[in-house]
Amino acid sequence: MLSKSKVTVSMANSVNICLEFSGGAELLFDMVKKHDVSLPGNSQPWTIKSLLVWIKENLLKERPELFVQGDTVRPGILVLINDVDWELMGELEYQLEENDRIVFISTLHGG
Amino acid sequence: MAASGPENSELVRLREEVAEKTREIERLKLILAERNSTSAQTKEATPALIESGNIRDVPTFQPADGLDKPSIARYSRQLILPELGVKGQLALGGTSVLLVGAGGLGCPAAVYLAAAGIGRLGLVDYDSVELNNLHRQVLHTEGKVGTPKALSAATAVKGLNSTVQCVPYHLQLDSTNALDIIKQYDIVVDCTDNVATRYLLNDACVLTNKPLVSGSALRFEGQLTVYNYKGGPCYRCMYPTPPPPETVTNCSDGGVLGVVPGIIGCLQALEVIKMAARQEVSYSQRLLLFDALDGTFRAIKLRPRQASCAVCGDAPTVTQLQDYEQFCGAKACDKTQSLRILQDNERISVQEYHTVLSSSAPHLLVDVRQPVELDICQLPNPINVPISQVSRPEQLQRLKTAVNCKLKQLEQDDKKLPVYVVCRQGNDSQIAVQHLKKLLSDLPVNVTDIRGGLMAWARKIDTSFPEY
Repeated sequence: MLSKSKVTVSMANSVNICLEFSGGAELLFDMVKKHDVSLPGNSQPWTIKSLLVWIKENLLKERPELFVQGDTVRPGILVLINDVDWELMGELEYQLEENDRIVFISTLHGG
Repeated sequence: MAASGPENSELVRLREEVAEKTREIERLKLILAERNSTSAQTKEATPALIESGNIRDVPTFQPADGLDKPSIARYSRQLILPELGVKGQLALGGTSVLLVGAGGLGCPAAVYLAAAGIGRLGLVDYDSVELNNLHRQVLHTEGKVGTPKALSAATAVKGLNSTVQCVPYHLQLDSTNALDIIKQYDIVVDCTDNVATRYLLNDACVLTNKPLVSGSALRFEGQLTVYNYKGGPCYRCMYPTPPPPETVTNCSDGGVLGVVPGIIGCLQALEVIKMAARQEVSYSQRLLLFDALDGTFRAIKLRPRQASCAVCGDAPTVTQLQDYEQFCGAKACDKTQSLRILQDNERISVQEYHTVLSSSAPHLLVDVRQPVELDICQLPNPINVPISQVSRPEQLQRLKTAVNCKLKQLEQDDKKLPVYVVCRQGNDSQIAVQHLKKLLSDLPVNVTDIRGGLMAWARKIDTSFPEY
């Protein structure tokens, strides 16, 4: 259940990052919490915005509306860039760097 | 050498005297024990319950201005901590805290706040104790099933520390009463279980300028943040738009391991204690993520207060409390709401299915719960296709094979094979029927759901069938 999945698309100048899903967001990704991914080389630098498109096309198998709405994450999902709230890092425009860790957390409401 | 006569009789007399005194001591011990238990019962006397009609009838709160001998003895182990000391202890005793939700988070938070000597503890909960609460809501006991949670928790807390002023509120916190209740407290602790009440509490705390110590838990994960404290963000700064209702999972659908809210509730008490004792809090503008499966705690730096925030921003648009159920599109409780997606002719009752089963009429039963739930209970001979997997090709293939196998049992004049879909409460089964009608459209089947699911079966057909 916690095993890592490896999704590799080999091209020049690719960016290797770690994606994590928690708070229930992992339910949309076959219960796999950690994904080491290699984003293919691109004419434009990778941003969170283009990463979301890539996730939708490559990792997200079912019910994308539970994860993305329009070009951003749905309300109630918090994005962390290297353990910092993405609001402090430029949100959708943040440019991904090698070995970045991007975490998508669904906020919990139970008690 | 044998003792002489007079010395021997002296020994006998002494022994008798010792025996006599021992009996006297035992008698006194018994009396003392009886007196102790009567006085303990008096101390555990039920605190007066506040209900919606009398929210202002809160007893006056008069903190002590010094520590008496019993208090020094009781708190001695924390009094000698330089960070707390007499000053901190008196500050704790002078603080009033409102805990909203006397459940998995509220119970542990209440225990540690009361034990530490908080002055006044308000406990709000509209609900009553159920057997399925006891694995995590550890203040309630078997004997309290059916009694209001606020009262059960207050009585337990009072038994632990009779010097704490406990105020149980048996009511649903809403836009009409939240401000009046919160105004009478210094710190608010969010131990609730639903989105609507979380937004309500946030706005009420911003409008009355109270810090909000917020915790949440589900499955094996917990989260903790302090909102609206010393210029930090509020809940709306983080989440300006409520989540779509279909993305929200409650403890009764998602499950929760009791110790997880236990840990988060304890951390909420810790933040309150530090705040009350004028120490730095740890989770203002920070989010704690606890993963019980990985055994990890991670602290995240959050955004500051947002100038654009609708309630705490520079030009707030929310200046009074709203209708939060409407705002969130969800009820202010964690009870699963009954969906009504299908038409009546697409559904059958549990009584009708009972007849089908008794007559051994050919049909296929599809149970769309998680496999772990089938281990708890099931009807005879279901095929298990979890709702999350109905559209997967391998599951569809299994289903079609089963349908074809059953079709062979049909009499010539039977036109279609009945396929009945069941789940726990009759919500997922309706969604599954919608999917299966399309997915099985190339086969002669008639897909319907069993209204009310297995819980209706347990209530109306077989009372020995487990409910969970």
